[in-house]
Order: sequence, then structure tokens, then C-alpha cells
Amino acid sequence: MPTAIKILIAGGFGVGKTTMVGTVSETKPLRTEEVLTDQGVGVDDISGVEAKNTTTVAMDFGRITMGEEFVLYLFGTPGQERFWFVWDEVALGALGAVVLADTRRLADCFPSVDYFERRGTPFIVAVNCFEGARQYELDEVKLALNLPPNVPVMLCDARDRESCKDVLIKLVRHAMGMRGTRPKEPSPT
Amino acid sequence: MNSPEDRNEERWLDEHAGPMVRPYVMTSGRIQPIRGKFDLITLVEATQPAPTSEPGLGPEHLAILRLCQDIMSVAELTGHLDLPAGTVRVLLGDLLDKGYVAVQEPDSEADMADIRMYEAVIDGLRAL
Repeated sequence: MPTAIKILIAGGFGVGKTTMVGTVSETKPLRTEEVLTDQGVGVDDISGVEAKNTTTVAMDFGRITMGEEFVLYLFGTPGQERFWFVWDEVALGALGAVVLADTRRLADCFPSVDYFERRGTPFIVAVNCFEGARQYELDEVKLALNLPPNVPVMLCDARDRESCKDVLIKLVRHAMGMRGTRPKEPSPT
Repeated sequence: MNSPEDRNEERWLDEHAGPMVRPYVMTSGRIQPIRGKFDLITLVEATQPAPTSEPGLGPEHLAILRLCQDIMSVAELTGHLDLPAGTVRVLLGDLLDKGYVAVQEPDSEADMADIRMYEAVIDGLRAL
């Protein structure tokens, strides 16, 4: 059997994560769902009718088959901060992550940058160029995000296949350069 | 084999309540697989042709066996079956325990030092 590899596509809500997954995947993106039960609610309730809140966290993902040996999966991670415990599971064993940014709402990608930095997951920042968005200088974005100097920042168009390929290749190169520097057991977040 | 759409039509839906068979019914209330870890990208392949019926296997078990006649990830199984990942993991644990499926776990982060893997992924992306 081949070995599966995963790359995460992160960033704020509506930044184009699913678009990017769909643009480069060999099939239409599929959706996987995790049902979460808030079991902390109602523990002191002796009525036996405990109020449990269930939440569904959905992730869109796609697949790219690479010969006989490897198959690559791209996961668009849930944007909301409160679902980060789901991220921990998805981030475990990931080759790396693309943080998609929108210059009109640059702050939306702060949490993702912060998360991957803390976890030691190799990541790059790709600025999705929405029509009409101001073309920030990449250095300006780098400064605003307070990124370490080695983290690549690039422009992209999540709807364009060649552009998405460039982004992924850049990420894999970056991750390759970080080989051996990743923490063996990522610190809990 | 039925397409995912066909299977969805077979699901017992109530206009107000939604799906009438709750995920925990399919797993008899279990939330942990009896065997295996099942990452979302763990690959699964059936070890034999899917039976039409088999004692001890529910319709969802059989649906999984039909789907993974070709190698498929846990994430893809959940997507095609329209079931939560937790439910699919429990069902896969049953199938693994009974020898109906073989699995390939992904490499751990510690094993990601192999330069060949990175090069293969770059080549694969270029060829798209």
C-alpha cells in the first residue's frame, strides 16, 4: 500500500481554503465531520436529563495520487479558534501547512501562524489575491505578521491551478529544509 | 456498487428529526475502536470481496467493505458514507479485528526525515 501524506490549508473564514483544496485535487473536495459532545455540561445534574451540546466540525479535503508510493491529502482546517483541539489531531504527522491570508483581513490569519509556530509545524504564508484587494508588498505582510525571517511569504490565486501548485511546492521545499529540526514530541497547545 | 448518492437515498430520514439512525446506534454506543488508531489519512483496503451479508456485520460495516475494495483513507470513507469520523473509526476497528481490512498507518513526524519523500511529492506536484 502507498504511504499517505497530509498538508494543511489554514487561515481565516472565507479566505479560500476550500477553493485551494478543490483547485489542485484530483476530485471534487469531500467533507469529513467530527461530532463533538460537550461532556463537561451537566455533571452535577442529578435529574438524569443532562444537557449535552453537540457541535459538528467539518473539514473539506482533497486527494492527489503520486505514483505507486505516495498519496497526498490536503485538509482545509476549521477556521474557528474554539475548534483547535481538532487541529491537534489533524496537525499530528502533517508534512506542513499553508496559511492563506487576505490582506483586507490580515489579522484573521494570526491564530494560524501562531499555532504552527508554537507547534513547530513547517508553514508558509500565501496571500490570496482577491480581485480589487490592494497588492501589499510581501515584506509589508511579513512585517505585519511578525514572521521569522525563514518563513516564505508569497502571492497566490487560490482559483488558479499553477499558482496553487507553486504554493505547495514552495511549502514542501521549506519543510524539506526544516528536516531534523522539528520537535519529536510537539508541545501541547 | 451503489454510488454514495444511492446510499444517501436509502438512509432513513425524517422530515423534522433528520437521520433516524443515529451514529451511536451503528456503533452500539461505543466511542473507541476495539483495535487500531485510524488517523484521518490511515489507508484502508479490504482483504476480500465485500460479502452481501455476514453475521456480526451491520449495513455500515458492509458499506465500508464495498468502498475499500480500492485503497481509501479514513477521511474519504467518512466523506463517502456521510458519517462522522468517530463512528467510522469504531466500525473500522471491528473490521480490522475480524481481519476484513488491512491498514497502512502514516509515518510519524519523527520519520519525516527521508529526503526521498519530499522529492517525490515535489515531482508529483510538478506533474499535475
